[in-house]
Formats: sequence, structure tokens, C-alpha cells
Amino acid sequence: MNFFALPVHFVQAPNELKAWFLSLLASFGVPAWLLVVISAVLVIGTIIGVFLVLFALTSVLERKILARVQNRYGPNRVGPCGLFQPVADGIKMITKEDLVPRSADKIVHFLAPVVMMVPALMVLAILPYGRDMVPAELDAGILYFFAVGAGTEVAVFMAGWGSNNKYSVLGAMRAIAQMVSYELPLIISAVVVAMVTGSLAPSAIVTAQGDFAFGFFPGWYVFTPWGFVACLLFYIAALAESNRCPFDLPEGESELVAGHLTEYSGFKYATFFMAEYVGMFAICGLLVTLFLGGWQAPLPFLTIVPSWCWFFGKVAFVAFTMIWVRATLPRMRIDHLMTFAWKFMLPMSFAAFLAAACWHYAGRGPLAWALSAVIVGVPYLVLGNHFTARFSVTNRRYQFSE
Amino acid sequence: MNIPGSGIFKGLVVTARNFVGSYFEKDRLTTEQYPEERPTLPENARSFPFLVYDGTDPETGMRCVSCKICEKECPPQCIFIVQDRDAAGKAIKRPKVFNIDIAVCMSCQICVEVCPFESIRMDNAYELSAYDRFSSLLLDKSKLLKSNTYYRSIHPTEAAETDGRIEADRLKKEAAAAAKAAAAQKAAAEKAAKAVEAAPELQKPEASA
Repeated sequence: MNFFALPVHFVQAPNELKAWFLSLLASFGVPAWLLVVISAVLVIGTIIGVFLVLFALTSVLERKILARVQNRYGPNRVGPCGLFQPVADGIKMITKEDLVPRSADKIVHFLAPVVMMVPALMVLAILPYGRDMVPAELDAGILYFFAVGAGTEVAVFMAGWGSNNKYSVLGAMRAIAQMVSYELPLIISAVVVAMVTGSLAPSAIVTAQGDFAFGFFPGWYVFTPWGFVACLLFYIAALAESNRCPFDLPEGESELVAGHLTEYSGFKYATFFMAEYVGMFAICGLLVTLFLGGWQAPLPFLTIVPSWCWFFGKVAFVAFTMIWVRATLPRMRIDHLMTFAWKFMLPMSFAAFLAAACWHYAGRGPLAWALSAVIVGVPYLVLGNHFTARFSVTNRRYQFSE
Repeated sequence: MNIPGSGIFKGLVVTARNFVGSYFEKDRLTTEQYPEERPTLPENARSFPFLVYDGTDPETGMRCVSCKICEKECPPQCIFIVQDRDAAGKAIKRPKVFNIDIAVCMSCQICVEVCPFESIRMDNAYELSAYDRFSSLLLDKSKLLKSNTYYRSIHPTEAAETDGRIEADRLKKEAAAAAKAAAAQKAAAEKAAKAVEAAPELQKPEASA
């Protein structure tokens, strides 16, 4: 135990550092109310800084990963291995002309990127980044996340409507349809976790996943049948919510130019881009919190690694899989997208809901495992085969040449 | 019963294999890192025409005789030639001005095909961008003249064939000259003999070659 107690200062480094800095300020006679403000600003500044750096890194790494999947090198000109590419992109974006269409609704057009950015940053407040590292300890943190996160939909529609451009409006309408449809499976699959844990507080959910079965197997919710299904549903819905491939219809370059982004350039476009990526990280963070054990280490002896390292490592992994999926799947058609949301995702999320309830009342043991596996497995096979039967692959028969 | 959604995982495996493979198998990456790595041009690669000269001095070794056939044949009319003249105003078989506007040239190689003196040939230099689009892209004689050695280095097969033809022409010409000289000598000898023969008897009808 002494061995694990030793690196506490290192594990809690960010918290320790903040406490030390605040005590230093207090010793200089800074009033208490100012210390509270400084403490908040420190936390907010750190989180925004970390996520902007993550955004910058991802913007270049995504391009490099996509390139590697396509057997290319990707950006490798600016700095070592092209890692300073975001700097070059940033300078380009800022120095570009900021165009506003003459017929655009100037105020709405201007406000849309701001409205997009604010919820993306606000939802970061409830994520538990590590042990005792929750910026805002809310009892209904999950509810707050979805309530605030829904603000991005308004922003997308503001951008589409304010631009006064047919492509923008079409993109925005698609975005609204898609986001509203996918919000449902997203929230239900999150509710499943809240139900099993008995709490809407993210830190309580992470703590509930902290024990190890048989002394080594992590008790993350993704390793239960209902949790696995809910995690996949949440992941798919998260892809749709953050407008990522294969659900990037709102900004489909090939048919809608860039959807709601058509009339944006320069810094406003960069803000949209940034908000989209920060939103993606936020939803990856929530996925990690709900299903992948948050900041918990995957094996007992790995708990000496700082908890926030695990959190960001898992977020990076989920973000990587999102890029991987983007490299693999083509964009969906709008009717397939809606069908998938309402006829497959929603019933499946109800099945996961039911399975989680059965799992809880069957005592969370082997029987509960089997029962919940059947409850999610059967609807999956039935629904899946029903939908894929229409697209079954057969050899083409040539009518005339045979 | 096949498992729905398995196709997506098959696809993910394919992309993952490409992603990992691109770090280990160098021949997967077909991109040339251009300024550092240069492509090896195929032998028949061509960009714009240049003028070939023999030997070391461009002015004396110039093959061009200013016949202006290329100027007339050039479809986009990017060649401009002025014939040189000596002090007396008599035309010399040499161009005074030979300009090619490579901003206009379409690399059709017709000038090369029509040239009877093996003088104009296609270059393969491709890094010709310039800051000034008028004077920098209008190549004059000094920029166009390149040695036969250079030609041999960029298009070895074609140059060898051309050199062979020139050498054969030269040998034929020499042989012809030798034959002509021999014939002239023979004719002179015959004439002399005839003169000797004709001296005693006048008007002897005989056809002599």
C-alpha cells in the first residue's frame, strides 16, 4: 500500500500544482474571493488550452492517418513530420478574407460560430478528467451535457439560415433532421448507464466502474452485454452528432458544397471547425466516462499511472477509431440515415435498456449476463438480417448473353 | 446465418492493414517527395526544343543553317529566325537570331521531325518556371544552344542513331568526293591522252565517257 501511496503527488499533479499556486497567492495577501476567481480561471484556461492543443494535434494527425490508410505520406512539410501544420493552417485561416454574403442575415451569420463554440466548450465542464478532477461537480452532469450540447443544433441551423444560400439551408435542414434523430439513441444509451449506476453524476459513474472482477478484469460497462451494445449505439450516435463520416451529410462536399459552412471563410470557418472537433472530443470524453471506465486504469497494477493520462489516452483511442471509421466508410444516403436511426438504432437502444434492467434484477451474475446477452442479441440478429436481406449480394445474372 | 454488420469490420480490417502496412512496406507509398527525390525520366520524355552544336564552341559548331523550315512548320508559330549576313550583305548559312517562345510552344516535336540538318532536338528539362513570363520564357540562341554531348546524355538511343546517320552521310559524301576526284583525274588523264592521240589524226569520231 505504501508503494501506491508514494506517487500520489505525481498522480494528482494538476491539482497539487493549482493548490500550491493558490497558497502562494494567499501568502502574498490576495483576498479570498479573488482566489476563487483565479482558481476558476486556472481550471477553465487549462481545459480550453488542453483541448485546443488536442484539436490542433488531431487536425494534423487525422490527415496523416487518412493519408497512411490511402498509402500516402500526408502533410510532412511544415516542421518535423509536418507537426507544425496547424500553425500554418491557423495563419492561413486568420489572414483569409472574412466574407459575408450581401443578402445574409448579418447578425445570425456572425453569431452562428459563436453559438457553435460555446456549448462545445461548456460541456467540457462536467467531464471527470481524473481522480478528483471534475471542474463542475454536478449531480445531473449527464443531463447537463445533453441539454447544453443540443445547442450546437441551433448553431448549425443559424449558420444555414443566416447565410441565405440554398446549399446552406439544405445542409442545415439535414443537420437538424440527423441530430434530432440520433439524439434519441444517444440519450437512451446514456440513460442505460445512469440507470444501472443509479446516478447521473459522471464521477459516480466512473467510480462505479472502478472494481476489478477476479482481481484483474476491469468492471467497465463496455464489458457487459448491454453495455457493449449501448456503447456501440452511443458511438454511432456520437459520430452522427458530431457530423463525422459516415454521417457527414450536413456538409457533404460532393452534393452540398459544404452545407452550412458554404458561406463561411477565414476565422469564422476556423471557429466552426474548432467547435466541431472540441465537440467530438467532448462526446468521446463522455463515451469514455460512461462505458470505458473514465479515468480508471485497465489493470490493477497500472493505477500508478496518473488517472488523467488514462482518461486522455482513452479519448485519443476513441478519436482514433473515429478517424479510422472515416477512412473506411463512405457517406450514407439521407433516407438510409433516417431509416437506420429510427428503425434500427432506436429499437436497439430500447433492447439495451431492457437488458440492463434485467441484468440488474437478475443479480448481476452469470445468469444476468446470459439473459441480457439474449435480450440484446436476438433483436440485433432479427433487425440486422431484416435490413440486410434487401441488400443481399448475389451473382449477377445476364439476361441476354447466356 | 451471417452476422449483420460484419462487412463494416471487414472494411475496417482492410483500412487497418493499409495503415500499418504503409509504415513497413516502402513500396506501398508511391508518392515521390519531389524536391528531394527526382523522378527518373523515361528516355523519350520531352519538354521543349533546343539547338544542337558539335564540338565545344556553340557558334562554330552550330548545325542550324537557318533554312527556316521549322519556323514555317511550327503549328503555334513560336519559332523566330533571322538569317545572318556578312559585311557585304550576303546571306550566311547561320541564324543571327533564333528564338523559341516556350510559353507558346506545345512540345509537338514537328520542328524536330522536319529538320533536315539534325539541328533541333527535344530537351527534357522541366523545371523552367520563371518570375517574368515574357523575357524569361522567350529562349534566345544562347539559351537554346546545347552540345551534342548533352543530347547524347539525355536521349542516348536517339542521339546514337542521329550520330550514325551523320557519320554515314559524311562517309558517303567523302566517298562521293573521292569518286568525283578520281573521275576528274581520270577524265583529265583521258583528255590528255586524247589530245595526244588527236594530234596526228584529226576528227576521229569516238564517244568517250
